[in-house]
Amino acid sequence: MANRQLTFNIFRYNPTNPKDKPHMQTYQLQETEGMTIFVALNMIREEQDPSLMFDFVCRAAICGSCGMLINGKPRLACRTLTKDLPPEITLLPLPVFKLIGDLSVDTGTWFRHISLKTEAWIHTDKEFDPRAQEERMDNKTAYDIYEAERCIECGCCIAGCLTANLRPEFLGAAGLNRVARFMVDPRDKRSAKDYFEVIGSDEGTFGCYGLMACEDNCPMELPLQQQLAFVRRKMAWAGLKR
Amino acid sequence: MMNHHVHVTDVLVIGAGLAGERAAIEASLAGLDVTVLSLVPPRRSHSTAAQGGMQASLGNCAMGQGDNPDIHFEDTVKGSDWGCDQDVARLFCETAPIAVRQMAHWGVPWSRVVAGKRKLPSGKVIEEPAENEGLITARDFGGTAKWRTCYTADGTGHTLQYTMDSVVIKLGITVHDRMEAISLIHDGEKCLGAVARCLRTGNLVAYVAKSTVIATGGYGRLYTASTNAVINEGTGMSIALDTGLVPLGNMEAVQFHPTGLVPVWILITEGARGDGGYLLDKNLHRFMPDYEPKKKELASRDVVSRRMIQHIRKGYGVDSPYGPHLWLDIRHLGAKHINTNLREIANICRNFRGIDPVKELIPVRPTQHYSMGGVRTNIDGKVYGLKNLFALGEAACWDLHGFNRLGGNSLAETIVSGMIVGRKVAEHTQGVTLEYSGKLIQDNLAQQEERINNLIRGKNGKENPYKLRNEMGQVLMDYVGIFRNEQGLKTAVAKLQELHARAQKIGLQTDGRGPSPELSQALRVPGMIRLALCIAYGALQRKESRGSHAREDYPKRDDVNWLKRTLAYWPEGAELPKLDYEPVKITELPPGDRGYGESSASSTQDQPAGGGNNG
Ligand SMILES: Cc1cc2nc3c(=O)[nH]c(=O)nc-3n(C[C@H](O)[C@H](O)[C@H](O)COP(=O)(O)OP(=O)(O)OC[C@H]3O[C@@H](n4cnc5c(N)ncnc54)[C@H](O)[C@@H]3O)c2cc1C
Ligand code: SF4
Ligand code: SF4
Ligand code: FES
Repeated sequence: MANRQLTFNIFRYNPTNPKDKPHMQTYQLQETEGMTIFVALNMIREEQDPSLMFDFVCRAAICGSCGMLINGKPRLACRTLTKDLPPEITLLPLPVFKLIGDLSVDTGTWFRHISLKTEAWIHTDKEFDPRAQEERMDNKTAYDIYEAERCIECGCCIAGCLTANLRPEFLGAAGLNRVARFMVDPRDKRSAKDYFEVIGSDEGTFGCYGLMACEDNCPMELPLQQQLAFVRRKMAWAGLKR
Repeated sequence: MMNHHVHVTDVLVIGAGLAGERAAIEASLAGLDVTVLSLVPPRRSHSTAAQGGMQASLGNCAMGQGDNPDIHFEDTVKGSDWGCDQDVARLFCETAPIAVRQMAHWGVPWSRVVAGKRKLPSGKVIEEPAENEGLITARDFGGTAKWRTCYTADGTGHTLQYTMDSVVIKLGITVHDRMEAISLIHDGEKCLGAVARCLRTGNLVAYVAKSTVIATGGYGRLYTASTNAVINEGTGMSIALDTGLVPLGNMEAVQFHPTGLVPVWILITEGARGDGGYLLDKNLHRFMPDYEPKKKELASRDVVSRRMIQHIRKGYGVDSPYGPHLWLDIRHLGAKHINTNLREIANICRNFRGIDPVKELIPVRPTQHYSMGGVRTNIDGKVYGLKNLFALGEAACWDLHGFNRLGGNSLAETIVSGMIVGRKVAEHTQGVTLEYSGKLIQDNLAQQEERINNLIRGKNGKENPYKLRNEMGQVLMDYVGIFRNEQGLKTAVAKLQELHARAQKIGLQTDGRGPSPELSQALRVPGMIRLALCIAYGALQRKESRGSHAREDYPKRDDVNWLKRTLAYWPEGAELPKLDYEPVKITELPPGDRGYGESSASSTQDQPAGGGNNG
């Protein structure tokens, strides 16, 4: 498989250049052993086209910076091996998010907005006492919180979601999963009713069609179906009690 | 000249990793207006990548019983090979438990003690105390006498950073991400903020502040093979150095992690060895007990890395197209343990190398990992040489780590120093009135604009910034790695000086428009080469071995001549750093035996059991 000649079709557009228009550009590259899209894009930038924009930080599938459409599927570019792809590879920026340039999109602003909207922090009246021993927590509870907290805000689930593509304010699977993370946390004192204000609408849990593209696209393999169902159940219940 | 934006704030924090955000929170809680800059959204900072854990002497788990700040202090000082400031280490160890608990209060789902008996991979059975059920637990990490490293499964840095950022968002702290500080503004006496370049538009912005805080993380990417994120290019250190007034401390102290995955150099966390993983050679022999009978795979990082290279040099490495390597074996920990507690490692092996660690061996080799050196500060985080300037985290030399940092002490440092330095920043800022001349700000902006225009126009030449960076990385790998010697270091310094001269002649191939990545690299590279020179030149001058700094021609630690810290300055127009030295602070523990390592009495086969630094 190695030693293939790869053809990359890459979306190009620099919005800060008034003369530029969105277009596709083609690059040829010799495949090397263990090549990832991270390796390939850096080779193209360093050897063929230093103007090419894309984002990588950890290059280890930890930080969530490098989501893009790879042959139509939202994936983390840093952990996509070229050997798993055909010799012709098409790269597009993730939809839904604001384009910065070429393959670079502004997921950071989008996710910060979601955090603000869902108030994604612990709500408690307790003051921290630096002299006191920590409050106890069941290890199982800690683990359940962590399971939801593992989302790396890469945006792959959002990019592949029909509702998110149509409705700009839809929280998406990542947003609802974030809410679920705080719902299972005993330190957070919000009630189901408090959450209903935020997510009991078409922008939240009731905007979801349940087709599960999100779970298929999640590189962290988060159980999004389960999380969405959990949130929906809680909200349906809170809605009934209103 | 273009009309540039000027942003005025009380406290400017450059860097939104754990250190920067924690300091920002402290200043914000004191009622100050705080602005945080970052290359990337805060949650993508390199802190997120730390998987292993954070040290604090809570002493809750069975193997941590009896732990306290005194023992943590002793481990830290020994780990540093007596290169740290002991007053800083003391303050740090006393505060770390509070930091861990506060992070729990804010939402970190720390793994907890589960009461009952359990068998360790070594076969030893331990019993977690029932009375501690539900308290924060800890795991074993190299160089510690007790199990002290608090963790959340395999994602400690991630949960810490997400929780920290949730507090930043809650407090409404201003964060400007994709905004890179490219120079500090100062009047020769005090710092007044920074000029930054927006990585969305390419526009320049002047941030004017009463206090400025550098929290930009490490410089790992100076080296070609590094576990660090690709954004770790040391720019915060280099803009401080470029003032000509601020020294960098101990830049020659560079940590290599024993287990970078060959050939992508992604870190396989120490947790793998802490949980019972072995290192094997080409004959599948477990060789660490031969060198380090007491701590085996869990001696401190500098020691394990050197033993590995030593073993490879003896011909026991496994040959590969990427050079010789060794094996990490975790198969005996079992599928369940690997797929839950070490899931991140398992995923890395599968996704980036196509191997399954449940069944297969992992190819590893020591890889650049951590920068002990950095912007030199006092115990309050105040930077030497300029007023109103602070630094903390991996970008700083506080100096907690001396010549070797213990695993888990860095996450702890970011948060503990964030609390302490953040408070000092707040107190300091409340006493400062902002006085600055508009002309100074405009001049600084104009200077940066000219630098950019020259690069775009290729006024000074057509050197390629990527080529220069790659050559620099290779020089450091070849001559300023784990083992160093006079001849190699001299070669390195000469080659780096040549690269530095060429770096004055960088010119772009593109038009550098907007957020041009080529321009970003071109702006960084000359400063990166100056940092590389501080490392190589400092290493050349230091004629002893201490912690991670191992000189083949001076294999012993020399407390008579070298119990001191290097301070590297870069006077304007210089071709080499100017080195100065200062004594390290020794308040409690006089220099002695580390209890592990080549020069230690405990490192020989026949050493009787029972030294002070055991299990
Ligand atoms: C793979 C890996 C695993 C690790 N695991 C552990 C562990 O288990 N335990 C442990 O204790 N330590 C660990 N460490 C070390 C630890 O993670 C880091 O030392 C620590 O997180 C550094 O935090 P920081 O806040 O100082 O910097 P960072 O988290 O690196 O943050 C730096 C910030 O500065 C910003 N920045 C940089 N330059 C500029 C600029 N010019 N302008 C504006 N912003 C800028 C960046 O965008 C970022 O927000 C690990 C390190 C690595 C590489
Ligand atoms: S299941 Fe819901 S959130 Fe997931 S992709 Fe479909 S509509 Fe979007
Ligand atoms: S839920 Fe999964 S796909 Fe969606 S942002 Fe989080 S990690 Fe990415
Ligand atoms: S670069 Fe961090 S997830 Fe790909």
